[in-house]
Formats: sequence, C-alpha cells, structure tokens
Amino acid sequence: MPASTGDFALWEVFVRVKNGLNHRHVGSVHAADARMAIEAARDAYTRRMEGISLWVLPSAAIVASDPAEADALFAPAQDKVYRHPTFYSVPDGVSHL
Amino acid sequence: MYTTDLSRVGKSGLEAPARVEPAALLEKFEARVAADDFIEPKDWMPEAYRRTLIRQISQHAHSEIVGMLPEGNWISRAPSLRRKAVLLAKVQDEAGHGLYLYCAAETLGASRDEMTEALLAGRAKYSTIFNYPTLTWADMGAIGWLVDGAAIMNQVPLQRTSYGPYARAMVRICKEESFHQRQGYEIMMAMCAGSPAQKRMAQDALDRWWAPALMMFGPPDENSPNTAQSIRWRIKRETNDELRQRFVDATVPQAQALGLTIPDPDLRWNEAKGGYDFGALDWEEFYAVVRGEGQVAKERMEARRKAWEDGAWVRDAAIAHSAKRAKAAEAA
Repeated sequence: MPASTGDFALWEVFVRVKNGLNHRHVGSVHAADARMAIEAARDAYTRRMEGISLWVLPSAAIVASDPAEADALFAPAQDKVYRHPTFYSVPDGVSHL
Repeated sequence: MYTTDLSRVGKSGLEAPARVEPAALLEKFEARVAADDFIEPKDWMPEAYRRTLIRQISQHAHSEIVGMLPEGNWISRAPSLRRKAVLLAKVQDEAGHGLYLYCAAETLGASRDEMTEALLAGRAKYSTIFNYPTLTWADMGAIGWLVDGAAIMNQVPLQRTSYGPYARAMVRICKEESFHQRQGYEIMMAMCAGSPAQKRMAQDALDRWWAPALMMFGPPDENSPNTAQSIRWRIKRETNDELRQRFVDATVPQAQALGLTIPDPDLRWNEAKGGYDFGALDWEEFYAVVRGEGQVAKERMEARRKAWEDGAWVRDAAIAHSAKRAKAAEAA
C-alpha cells in the first residue's frame, strides 16, 4: 500500500522573523525527513517574507508541562510580588531608581 | 475561503455518542470560555466541544483544499502574466490554509490520514460553493470578490474563537486573504470597464455566484440547531443570519460601484433596520449540493483522488529515502 501523509512524522515549525528576535512557534508540518520538513515549512509558513530562518523539530521530541500542574508550577510566583520593581515605594524627588 | 456550517446535515465518521462529563471540570471549562480565555490542546475539554471543533475545522480544511480546484482550472488560461501570477499565489495560499487547518484539527486528536480518507471517500463535507462550475474568466473575479468576501466575513470573528490553535490559524488566514478579495474585485472592475461583451460576462458571473455566496453562511438560524451551543462555547461568535446580513450590506454598494445589478428583485434598503432586505434563498438546492448533487461534485472528488493517487510514488520515494538515510547514519 502506498505511503500516506500520516506515515510522515509531524514536525513543529519555528520562524525567526529577523535577526535579534527569537525563533517563534508557528505551526507544524508532516514530512518524511528533516530536509523535507524545512522545505514544507518554507512553503507553508514563509510565503510572504515572514522570516529569515527556520527551525523544525520532531513533535514527538517535545516534552510539555501538564496543564493540571499549572498551579503547582506557576501559582507560587503570584505571592512573590517583591520580585517586581513596583513592589517598592520610592520617595518623591528621588530618581534614577 | 471558508466552509459552510453543515452541522445540521449528516454525520461524519468522527462522531461518537454523547457522554456525561464530570460536572466540576465542565463548570471550570465553561467559566473559562465565558471569560474569553483560550482553550489549548492539552487542556481538559468536553467531548462534544472536541467533536464539534474537529468537524468544523476539518470541513474548513477540506474546503480550502477543494477550493483550489475551481480556480486552479483557470491558471493556464489567465489573460495576462500578471493575472496568472496573482491566481497562482492565491491558489497556493488556499493550499497553505488547508494545511494550517489540518494541523489545528490534529491537535484535537484527529489524524491526518483519517481526514484525507474521509474526503477522498466522499464522506467529508466541504463548502457547497465549490460544487459549482467556473465557466468563464469573470468567474475568477466573482469568486475572489464574493466567495472570498463571504469567507472573510465568516472568518474575521473566528480569530477570537475559543480554541487557541484554530484562532491562531484564522489570524494567519485572514491576514493572507485580504488580497484574495481585492484581486477578484479588480478583475470585475477591469471587465466592467471593458467591452459590452466583457461587462455582460461580469454580470453573468454575478448572477450565478450571488445566491451560492449567500448560502455559504449556512442555513437560516432557525434551522441551525447547533448554533446556540457553538456560540455558548465561543466556537462561533455570530449566527449565520447575522453574518449573511452583514455581507449583503457590505457587498451591494460594491456591486453598484461596478455598475452591476444584484440578481434579486426583492433587494431593497430598509431604513428602519439600517440594512438591506433580500429575497429568500433556495435551501432545497443548498441541501442537494451538500448531498453531493452539485453540478461538478463528482469531478471535484475525482480530481482530488487523482492528485492523491498520482502523488503516491512521491510519498513512497520520500519514505524510502528517509529510511535509507537513517540506515546509513546508523551504520556510520
């Protein structure tokens, strides 16, 4: 039986818009190998000069945090407001702080 | 381009019997959606939400893919190199839009193969608009102007749909599609400023595409029982009739600017509602087209199947090549 698109691995695509910026996730493509994934990503996600560099990586390689753990991971940061400069009061007339 | 709301019509293979959802999770989910939070792939969601989205997104994706056919048909016959380059870019965009949407559906657990299979086997629905033939070059104008115009009207609110990957795909699609409608209108402008025969072609195209374009918004609200649930879950943001009205109000002045006549004797401005009244649509025809009785439905599916079968050797070669490379890398 001939191969189907589903036989191709899924790759996540990241685009760097311009130098100085991070690569940013834009979507995914199916491709048989990394080279083809780059080419498919180029056709699918950069038809209008959206970027100058592409990353592709197998979706299966991504390890994601579990949304159910979101509280345990991120909520404690909420009571550490002293990590933000706005926590501190600065007297009138004092600048460059 | 955009899929039609077909939720009333037929069942896709992706549907399963309803199940009882855990009340606490459901309540939390509904609260998030009501607060305009986005739902992301790994978040808990009710099975009916997932199924509705898979159906809607996959139909939308199929519509983009099938939507390449009526226009692809005219690439080699475009009247100038400029028109050809523009039409090629538009058709390539439709392919890209199909791919963004398939990816979004895959994040919900639908497999690409299952979706492709459903389309090729004729089980999947796609927008009825693509089952009408494109008879003259003026149809390229009418499709860009009216069909993409209706699509944009539908898709703009979907940029705020509650499912994150779908909303993000819609943002991209809307951004790219703004030229689609303009290039169509430009074709109409050129034909309306041309010879009397060219102007007649433009009017003929409007005559044939007007009603099918209005039907792209889906059945009237009273026959669209899933709309209320979809709006509550913020999958849809506006009803079919609201969007259809907005489209008519936006498009009538555009037709007047072209010097063309909207083929509807009941069309008239209603000062009280601040919009146009328009004649009833032939929904029997719509449902016949949904059932695959459109003039070129068979031809469209044959073209898709042929493309899939003719491309089999390419997919096989790609797999073989990657296997060979992997083996060589292992040996080295």
